[in-house]
Amino acid sequence: MKIFVVLRVALRAMRRNKLRTFLTMLGMIIGVGAVIVTVSLGNGAKAQVEKQIASLGENVIMIYSGSFTRGGARSGWNFAATLTVEDSLAIEREIPDVTVISPELRNGSQVASGYDNWSTTILGEGPDYLQIRQWPLSEGAMFTELDVRSASKVAVIGKTVADQLYPDGNCIGQVLRIRNVPFIVVGTLVPKGLTAFGQDQDDVVIVPYTSSMKRLFGASNIRAIMAQAASLKSMNSVQEQITDLLRQRHKITPGHDDDFTVRNQQEIAEAANSASQTMRLLLAGVACVSLLVGGIGIMNIMLVSVTERTREIGIRMAVGAHGRDILMQFLTEAVALSALGGALGIASGLGGSQLLATHMNWPTLTPTAWIAGAFVFSALVGIFFGFYPAWKASKLDPIDALRYE
Amino acid sequence: MNAIIQLENIHKIYQTGEVDVHAMRDVSLQINRGEFVAIMGASGSGKSTMMNTLGCLDRPTKGRYLLDGMDVSQLGRDELATIRNEKIGFVFQGFNLLSRTSALENVELPLMYLRKSFKSREQHERAKWALDIVGLSGRAGHHPNQLSGGQQQRVAIARALVNNPAMVLADEPTGNLDTQTSIEIMGVFQKLNDQGITVVMVTHELDIASYTKRNVIMRDGRIVDDQAVTQRLDAVVELRKLHEAQAAVQLVS
Repeated sequence: MKIFVVLRVALRAMRRNKLRTFLTMLGMIIGVGAVIVTVSLGNGAKAQVEKQIASLGENVIMIYSGSFTRGGARSGWNFAATLTVEDSLAIEREIPDVTVISPELRNGSQVASGYDNWSTTILGEGPDYLQIRQWPLSEGAMFTELDVRSASKVAVIGKTVADQLYPDGNCIGQVLRIRNVPFIVVGTLVPKGLTAFGQDQDDVVIVPYTSSMKRLFGASNIRAIMAQAASLKSMNSVQEQITDLLRQRHKITPGHDDDFTVRNQQEIAEAANSASQTMRLLLAGVACVSLLVGGIGIMNIMLVSVTERTREIGIRMAVGAHGRDILMQFLTEAVALSALGGALGIASGLGGSQLLATHMNWPTLTPTAWIAGAFVFSALVGIFFGFYPAWKASKLDPIDALRYE
Repeated sequence: MNAIIQLENIHKIYQTGEVDVHAMRDVSLQINRGEFVAIMGASGSGKSTMMNTLGCLDRPTKGRYLLDGMDVSQLGRDELATIRNEKIGFVFQGFNLLSRTSALENVELPLMYLRKSFKSREQHERAKWALDIVGLSGRAGHHPNQLSGGQQQRVAIARALVNNPAMVLADEPTGNLDTQTSIEIMGVFQKLNDQGITVVMVTHELDIASYTKRNVIMRDGRIVDDQAVTQRLDAVVELRKLHEAQAAVQLVS
């Protein structure tokens, strides 16, 4: 029997009882739809996290004051400002694999222009900060080493701040008052978007760290140091060298905890991913269960269908159908049910993720491999759950089947 | 070789629980090409078992069955299915057409299971040819529920003919039909037989059997009588008589 004929017979049987066919497929539709939405959301989130992690810069090593654990109780970063500008200079001087470095201070403050005021984050940084973060300027220029040495009152501002304070779009050379100290805006930054944790990276004002320490916040220590390693391969050794150097400088004897924390962006990416990984696994589990339920539904209906059509099976066998012809017929019907259900599920899943993306602003990304995979898998569900009913049909005795009322 | 069917000492024993049922006991029978045979008997006489055996739906417990010169008594399920497909055309009491399927497609059904592949154009042609023989070429697109009982049985006969079988095997073909339609159907069989097609039918109605050429009577699993029909009825004549009788009744009333 030709496959085309078998398919036509299967489709006719499905058309005969449209509501039942639809309800049977519903299990597959929901299952596959759930898988597609889950995968789309998971991949969207992952891609976004990766993008955000990449937005931190390349081969970046972050050194924070304070440590994660101290005697069992965990403190936040920056619990004690233990790092100094001298630490930063020492790292730059003594570790050759560190290409550029920038001390960092981070403070929240109200800022004001001639038009408006805005509460934002003031970053005190070195002149190489933008290079580490790989953050291009859209206008103007970054402040220089000279500005750092003289603690100049110059600032580079993020897109959000620029939009809030200078609605006419003209900000270079304008005055920006931070804690009532007038700074001159020398550059604006290209927008970078949100961080993995939902913070607006563009809501920022960057000033020389010396200006932040001396003119704004009167700080003597710094919060963090951003360093860039020469290559990905040297990251680990650079991290170790930094740790050794800082322990030595901070006079920490062996057996005592560091009073600083060295991290790189891979570690942060892993932390962010592991949270969403758990969620993805959970959702994938739910989706698999609903696929299983869908498969059982198909098996159930196929068993009913075989019983209902016992006489038809008898007729077909009487006129010459082999057992495998009957097997193929019912298996094809089951696979057509599940594959069509799967296809509709893919369509509804894509529609659903599109809806989530547009209405709830959740990032979604559906890889084509998953779409193909979902389709193949739903066909496999049909083969798996359709086999027993089809096998049962193929083993019927033609005499009994013909006599069946 | 002129024998289409040759049964040699056939036994059929059903093992149902404690007691063995001996449905056929030492049955031997030869049916030649072009014959028109009625196998008769009361219920329980073994004629259904005979029918299933002749139709290769079931295997004899003992004995040899040569169909068209080929020993089919030891064949497996699928081989028997192929034999049914190629050598035998079935006509059943309950018509056994596929519902919600057009007459033409019902007739094409055996061609679907033909082991040699057939082009769908040729399938349509053959099915139309078979429908034409039973006088239903105008109803090819109708579904069984749009056809009368007699028409449904004609579709079934067309289905039996479509594979050019060695014989047509009919199981109580008029059992569900009224007198007039029964005679019409017997007329179809007579016409087929006149064209040289071998017809074997199982029936318990004596008047239906008298349209055939030879009656085989069974009782308790044995053949007890086997003789040629002497006063054979002609469906055309009988139909005319029936019409005259109906006309007479109408004149009276």
